[in-house]
Amino acid sequence: MSRNRVIPGFGLSLGYATLYTSLIVFIPLAALAASGISLGAETFWAVVSHPQAVASYQLSFGASLVAALINLIFGLLVAWVLVRYTFPGKRIADALVDLPFALPTAVAGIALTALYGRNGWFGQYLEGWWGFKVAYAPAGIVVALTLIGLPFVVRTVQPVLEGLERELEEAAASLGANRWQTFRRVLLPALVPALLTGFALSFARAVGEYGSVVFISGNMPYRTEITPLLIYSKLEQYDYAGASALGVMLLVFSFVLLLAINGLQYWSLRRQGGG
Amino acid sequence: MSGVVSSLSTPGNVVVSRRAVTEAAWLRGLLIALALAFLGVFLVVPLVLVFQEAFSKGWQAYLAALTEPDAWHAVKLTLIAAGLAVPLNVVFGVAAAWSLTKFHFRGKQVLITLIDLPFAVSPVIAGLIYVLVFGSRGWLGPWLEEHNLSIIYAVPGIVLATVFVTFPFVARELIPLMQEQGVSQEEAALTLGASGWQTFRRVTLPSIKWGLLYGIILCNARAMGEFGAVSVVSGHIRGKTNTLPLHVEILYNEYQFAAAFAVASLLALLAVVTLVAKSFLEFKHQRDRERAARAAARQEVS
Repeated sequence: MSRNRVIPGFGLSLGYATLYTSLIVFIPLAALAASGISLGAETFWAVVSHPQAVASYQLSFGASLVAALINLIFGLLVAWVLVRYTFPGKRIADALVDLPFALPTAVAGIALTALYGRNGWFGQYLEGWWGFKVAYAPAGIVVALTLIGLPFVVRTVQPVLEGLERELEEAAASLGANRWQTFRRVLLPALVPALLTGFALSFARAVGEYGSVVFISGNMPYRTEITPLLIYSKLEQYDYAGASALGVMLLVFSFVLLLAINGLQYWSLRRQGGG
Repeated sequence: MSGVVSSLSTPGNVVVSRRAVTEAAWLRGLLIALALAFLGVFLVVPLVLVFQEAFSKGWQAYLAALTEPDAWHAVKLTLIAAGLAVPLNVVFGVAAAWSLTKFHFRGKQVLITLIDLPFAVSPVIAGLIYVLVFGSRGWLGPWLEEHNLSIIYAVPGIVLATVFVTFPFVARELIPLMQEQGVSQEEAALTLGASGWQTFRRVTLPSIKWGLLYGIILCNARAMGEFGAVSVVSGHIRGKTNTLPLHVEILYNEYQFAAAFAVASLLALLAVVTLVAKSFLEFKHQRDRERAARAAARQEVS
């Protein structure tokens, strides 16, 4: 099958990569699928349509959507500022964007909880002055998910923005477009695939997130219980069947989103290549 | 047409067109301020708070929290998990990138999708799948029990969960790099009589070294900081199956806030060091590329 006859190691490298991937990723995930299927349609449906589960989907998806939208807008802003402007501390700001990739989620979780709690630096004003409860409320979950998904939009938009030719904007300006029109009609369309990819990545990450949310959410069933946490508590009660059914739901969702992201990236590459 | 071009090149018009392709100073300032405020609220303030809380009871309490036996044990277990997961994923990453970029074969896309999957899967699911395979009621549970082996609620489970969540890091970093590089250099080395291993070490490795290091650093940060997946398989046995992030959780839930933040500050420090190392590697990589591009340009000229 290999077209390349000179370079050695095809059998060894592919064989090892396939074996390792099967053992670590494929077989265990297949175990989850098998465990979900073995429940039978009726039991499966009973678990995944239970009101507590439905409430958890609404919260998980809703909060993740809001967080991904915040990151979409501010991610574009941060990428724009980092690519187009110069200001003191720019390199530090640029490096800092990746902090959520490097900072353990548990650390982010306790820091945010302390920050937005009733006596926290932010919480005392938000709660004390405006009565806006963040910690132990859905708003806290949004804050945690925003932090976790922050780098994605910035890092997908940044390279595209850097690669855009300035001539296009100059052409638009010389044809009489004002800055806002140029941004909306020339720049934004070119950024759409990258923006969508970043949005989808940050959404996918947020839906599965556990570590940072458990601390700030308060974990009240029907109120502030996200789906990953529900799976976790089912496992703690040795309810493997329930955990598997919900796990399958979340896995299918991740898989669909992953396919969508790959499609988006393909589209974005073709657009960049095409001009 | 020529009139338009020549009028654009007069100095007065250039100024007009430059103003049209950037924003007014007040708007630039406002956008920069907004972006920095966003980064400040979501990243800087939480990071500062971790260190402030860690030292809220003074240096001695800080050191006591870090030198306590359970904390010490958590440090060791975290080092073991990362020390096993990172090399395993480095070997895999190099093998996967080699097969995916130097050869053509059917089913490539399937392998790439499987490699990406751990990024998309919730950490809780990462733990759950191993419980389903190795747990007492899992596929291999009865067999493991018969042979007196335990994986779940023990160190091997923690290592497995860590391997899973850090699985794509190195491969993901290397695949685009090696793709871009092509095969011509390796082919040249091989036809000149180099062995496969020599070719890899002398030709491939030097051009991917920064990317490889970059992948290792990110892989390590995630391995040491993973919480959800490890939490599911650990069983939270104090002084036995607690990694640093799990130890933070236990202390926090026991209302020992200063101690929790002290241990958390170690992990936050690791994150900061990771970011610094990452920026440094990006700089190195960039410089090497520019050098290579200049050398190539010089060759073309001569």
